[in-house]
Amino acid sequence: MSEIEQFREETREWLEANCPASMRTPARGEEDAYWGGRNANPANPDQKVWCDAMASRGWTAPHWPKEFGGGGLDKEQLKVLRQEMARIGARSPLESFGISMLGPALLKFGNEEQKQEHLPKIVRGEIRWCQGYSEPNAGSDLASLQTRAEDKGDHYLVNGQKIWTSYADKADWIFCLVRTDNSGTKHEGISFLLFDMASEGVTTRPIKLISGSSPFCETFFDNVEVPKANLMGEEGKGWTIAKYLLTHEREMISGFGVSGSGRSLGQTAAEIVGTDATGRLRDSALRHDVAQFQLDSLAFGATMQRVGDEAKAGQGLGAASSIFKYYGCELNKRRHELNLAVQGEAALGWDGELYNNGAMPRAWLRSKGNSIEGGTLEVQLNIIAKRVLGLPD
Amino acid sequence: MALVLNEEQQMLKDSAAGFLAEKAPVSALRALRDSEDATGYSADLWREMAEMGWPGIAVPEEFGGIDYGYVGLGLILEQAGRTLTASPLQSTVLVAATAISHMGSQAQKEQWLPAIAAGEKVVSLALQEGAHHAPEQTAATAAANDQGFVLNGEKVLVLDGHVADCLIVVARTAGEPGDEHGISLFLVDSNASGVSVARRSMVDSRNAAAVSLKDVQVGADALLGDLNEGSGGLSYTLDIANLGLAAELLGLSQEAFERTMEYLKERKQFGVVIGSFQGLKHRAAEMFAELELCRSLVLKALQSADTGDENLPALASAAKAKLSQVAQRVTNEAVQMHGGIGMTDEFDIGFFIKRARVAQHTFGDYNYHLDRYARLSGF
Repeated sequence: MSEIEQFREETREWLEANCPASMRTPARGEEDAYWGGRNANPANPDQKVWCDAMASRGWTAPHWPKEFGGGGLDKEQLKVLRQEMARIGARSPLESFGISMLGPALLKFGNEEQKQEHLPKIVRGEIRWCQGYSEPNAGSDLASLQTRAEDKGDHYLVNGQKIWTSYADKADWIFCLVRTDNSGTKHEGISFLLFDMASEGVTTRPIKLISGSSPFCETFFDNVEVPKANLMGEEGKGWTIAKYLLTHEREMISGFGVSGSGRSLGQTAAEIVGTDATGRLRDSALRHDVAQFQLDSLAFGATMQRVGDEAKAGQGLGAASSIFKYYGCELNKRRHELNLAVQGEAALGWDGELYNNGAMPRAWLRSKGNSIEGGTLEVQLNIIAKRVLGLPD
Repeated sequence: MALVLNEEQQMLKDSAAGFLAEKAPVSALRALRDSEDATGYSADLWREMAEMGWPGIAVPEEFGGIDYGYVGLGLILEQAGRTLTASPLQSTVLVAATAISHMGSQAQKEQWLPAIAAGEKVVSLALQEGAHHAPEQTAATAAANDQGFVLNGEKVLVLDGHVADCLIVVARTAGEPGDEHGISLFLVDSNASGVSVARRSMVDSRNAAAVSLKDVQVGADALLGDLNEGSGGLSYTLDIANLGLAAELLGLSQEAFERTMEYLKERKQFGVVIGSFQGLKHRAAEMFAELELCRSLVLKALQSADTGDENLPALASAAKAKLSQVAQRVTNEAVQMHGGIGMTDEFDIGFFIKRARVAQHTFGDYNYHLDRYARLSGF
């Protein structure tokens, strides 16, 4: 038996023995997922059991190096692990901005002490992180941020306000962009700090969205003392890290555009709206829109596959990757619009069992943020025009 | 299968691009048009293509081809789209050779495929009858008699029909227009008695013919595929044909887009290059995204043809619908973004919107294929 086949067999046995039955179903949205952290309050105790089991092998971050608690798996092994998890329907053991966003930046820009301190705790789900980027006057124009960090010898004194901080009210630590210098251009003088949300002077206030949920907060810093050792990278060079991290965030968000398996929207529509004698969806305008949506989803999925395969074949990350965030988000918004069109009255209820507590309209409304968060649609188009097409400012 | 070109395919693509840019740029099509060339393509160029093996690229080796598959043919057609090169690649190689390979008897393959692969024969499918692509509406008839069949009917959009040696005529041997059953295909000599071929110069400066069949007697051995059951083989042939046209549309759209991007970086108005205007930038970025999707979809669909994937019909319609839509958008924007000069005949960009329109229509347009894609997807 080849090494990889042996790995598959061992993985299969281990998953079979360690994945609790209740974790072999998909999480019902962000709220039902396990996020870990000091104040983790799992809806189901199996969530922690499953996370701890996976973390013991480093499989919450399977591709990270072993020395920092990761699984140390290569690409082939990672693929096998994902296939074997999918085979039994195992859900992701841990949702984490530490894994999806901070970790890659920490591995690239952090010093040895910072990696040793933070990465293993991220892998184990002990510390939940949030991202302090946007400010009330620095959204699409992120680099104009004004949160100040004054040099006080052994520490920085941080003052200012962040907004759209995802789950700041539930997070333990924050990775935060601050201004350490005002003298140069706006991209200079930005620094990347890591600090404890329990520090004196940090307060958060959740923002209620049009969808009714509150995944984002306003976050205030009032004379927060941050030790100098918590500076990641060089002082004044935080913009480079910020951009690197944003590409990871955008990859994550663009994944929203890939529709799941199972029954297609068109087939659902055929059942709800009905078909004519030739088997065509009765509402021809809806049929056109759904067909066009499915066609574009097919082509988008093929593009994600092509870019991945080109990278694997050593052809580098093609220019096509620049469209993922923009196109994926637009597709996701179209999917939700069509879903509401197909479901009709059933998708208009906001509360109560009958309407599944308004899951459909809430998801529809939430999707509107996809083309705003992590860089707006318009910013993405500007980036493609400038960096890929070479059109001048 | 990995959705990426291998080294050999990349080399084929590069060499095709180099050859066509040198030997058959857009100016060659313009020259054919302006001289009202009798053939409509350059016979010398076709010979050179044959020396490189292009006409036999998807033909099995035992019949004189190189059996390189449809990804390979698609790459060549994509490059021919960039240069708008006129040749029998579409009529004969993409469509007719596919039909004969797929449906032909051993004798028919031996008779036609080596000749096609050598670039010696032009063969064309005579299918469409009305204003729109609708194979099941075929009304031309083939009546059996003791010598074989007698064909009657009117055909349009027979690609390169005025120079074709042989026509693959789709005719009804049973049933009524609208029935899938009862359709049969016949190999008909273009010089046979009762066949009249009228050349039609098309908007894209290419050639198609109207063909009239009046009591054309063919032998029983002219039947290509099974009697009354031609729809399946025809459908497969049309899937391949549409994939090839999608690949050509990809090439011409990409070329029109790149030319337009160059223009946006040169043309100045209000003291700045017009490419700095956000009103144009966002449209350009959206088109870039659509073209990347097109590239992925065309490659995926071509691969499905080579691997015998059961999703070929859905993927072929998906690719043709998507490429028709995007080619229309990109070529329209190319004219608009070039402004006044884009409206002049002297400037080449107009050739792209013209060829796009004909390729879009041929063997089913956006509407036809989006409808088919939806039907094949269960709604």
